[in-house]
Amino acid sequence: MDWLSLAFSQIVNGLQAGSVYALVALGYSMVYGIILLLNFAHGDIIMVGAYTAFYAMTAFHLHPVVSVVLAVLVSTALGVFVEKVAYTPLRSAPRLSLLITAIGISFLLENGAQLLFGADTKSMDPMVRGGIRLGTTTVSFAAIITIIVSVIAMAALSLLVRRTKLGKAMRAVSEDMGAAQLMGISLNKTISFTFAVGSALAGIGSVLYLCAYPQASPTMGSMLGLKAFVAAVLGGIGSIPGAMLGGFAIGLLEAIVSAVGLSEWKDGVVFAVLIVVLLVKPTGILGKKITEKV
Amino acid sequence: MKKRVFAMVLAAAMVMAMLASCGSGSTSAKSGSNEIVIALITNTTGDYAQYGIPVHNAAMMYFDKVNAEGGINGKKITVLEYDDKADGVESVNAFNLAMEKNISAVLGSVLTGATIALSDATFEAGVPQVTASATAEGVTVIDPDDANSAIRTNVFRSCFIDPFQGEKMADYAVNKLGAKTAAIFYETGSDYSEGVKAAFEQKAAQLGLQIVATEAFAAGDVDFKPAMTNIASKNPDVVFAPIYYGEAGLAVTAARAAGCTATFLGADGFGSVKDYASAEDLEGTVYCSGYAPGTDSVKQFEEDYCKTFSVDAVPNMFAPLAYDAAMILCYGLEKAEAAGLTAGTDAYRKAVIEAISGMNNVEGITGSYSFDAKNNPIKTAAIIELTGGDEVFKEMY
Repeated sequence: MDWLSLAFSQIVNGLQAGSVYALVALGYSMVYGIILLLNFAHGDIIMVGAYTAFYAMTAFHLHPVVSVVLAVLVSTALGVFVEKVAYTPLRSAPRLSLLITAIGISFLLENGAQLLFGADTKSMDPMVRGGIRLGTTTVSFAAIITIIVSVIAMAALSLLVRRTKLGKAMRAVSEDMGAAQLMGISLNKTISFTFAVGSALAGIGSVLYLCAYPQASPTMGSMLGLKAFVAAVLGGIGSIPGAMLGGFAIGLLEAIVSAVGLSEWKDGVVFAVLIVVLLVKPTGILGKKITEKV
Repeated sequence: MKKRVFAMVLAAAMVMAMLASCGSGSTSAKSGSNEIVIALITNTTGDYAQYGIPVHNAAMMYFDKVNAEGGINGKKITVLEYDDKADGVESVNAFNLAMEKNISAVLGSVLTGATIALSDATFEAGVPQVTASATAEGVTVIDPDDANSAIRTNVFRSCFIDPFQGEKMADYAVNKLGAKTAAIFYETGSDYSEGVKAAFEQKAAQLGLQIVATEAFAAGDVDFKPAMTNIASKNPDVVFAPIYYGEAGLAVTAARAAGCTATFLGADGFGSVKDYASAEDLEGTVYCSGYAPGTDSVKQFEEDYCKTFSVDAVPNMFAPLAYDAAMILCYGLEKAEAAGLTAGTDAYRKAVIEAISGMNNVEGITGSYSFDAKNNPIKTAAIIELTGGDEVFKEMY
């Protein structure tokens, strides 16, 4: 394999991983944008989505498309449920309480899944097989589907936020919650909607994740969530284009680090990025500069 | 007043008990002429009893079998059974109690921590000890970090230590598969993976097997495609992956997707990998294991174990390894008996130790045994091959 085709396949690998990170990072960013909460349970919603798709296909033998829809629906419902049960009662509480609650929910979901599904990794047959040969390299269909689906999902999200009434309401609430309420925007509805959209993206992410790595385990969401969090911070947390950019950047960075033969340091490099961003440009690439009163 | 009387009665009872125990100790020492006393120290209760009970059961099965066949040199083996609850202090206490009964050898303990504590005590007393399951280097080597460290010459084990598998697979790759180049894929931060990998590299260098790529991942990582793309670009003959089955499945799948056709090699962490990747991707993958269920040499043992203890299957690899540990111990006892020594004496114990370290390809049920300079077994490993989506025993190597 010459280095050009090697570089090409590594870029495809990076884009594939990056699209999943981007979808998950969007959920982080949207929720942070609207209620300033780092929703650390977000990664675990992906885990639940992955288990849903897994059981739908293996235990109930549903059609893959039905399973995918089911996984997205369950993730969405769970995201909204968590918001209603755990976060809404704490809306006026200090932000730290909210953050700790999010971590608690994350543990609850992980250990609940372990109790329910067992600590083993569940493995299934790959949903998508094969690929296209381009010269000396092969690009798998899974990679192509992942990249295309995530780009479509992101385009749809952009349209939703920019062009629809609900999108307008979301932007208004994230700008000024009090003023938005005074203008007659329903706070509860808008926040729940944000969680629903974020979790639906996580659901799509979980299915794409299963396409790439056909395994589900109770703790699969924690590392994925953390890396997506780094992606969101890198892009500028609260910014939707930033989350997409950050996701792809982290995915490509991982692939490049592996490509130059430093796969031992992959995770280290990702978290080093977090530290550097927080030190040098805490608002991220596309984040707005806000002076916060303490 | 009443209290004082009660205390005196208690004290008297304790003195009586002590005298009684001394008495029984001396009788067993006296009757040493027609029996060989050994200690079996395992954790049959407590947190890790799932490992200790099979060791205890299988070892007792072997000793009972020897006794039923007339014992060693006409003498019965008397087994003193102790439960150490996987606690080092308890194992040493058990050993000290057993020493009062003039034991000739010790079989135990089960978990690494307790076994190291016990081996310190047996080393000082010069009593032969065989463990079935403690894999840490520190069991036989006093300071594993020091290459010139002294060895506990009296301690042996029937299981192989982790790095041994790396050497075995490098050897197998070169001599059986004819590999010239290899890639390594391992898990950073895992003692098991890094230890086996280091041993593989060392052996590969000795055998002239060229390592063309070394890639790694951290716990929790699943995205192995970039690493596998790198490995595929180097086109190695084999990929050695000392990792566990879940990640192994992902690694093989990712490698095939990246266009890598090399044979995957694994260590015993690969057991049950068949459920974690497709049959066609796994085809031809080989790994080594300490024990291959259902093979000819262990079949009889498995049947007997299931019948004796009314279970459906042998619980884990510790049972057959304990059976072999008992075999190793009895081999030493036989040699000491043949030399005409008196059981329980220092000369007898020394003879047992010398006999075991001089073992040369003695057949057990999990392989044949010889011991290296560090008292670790040089034994054959079971090579398991993935064929048509099943894990099939291929050969002993």
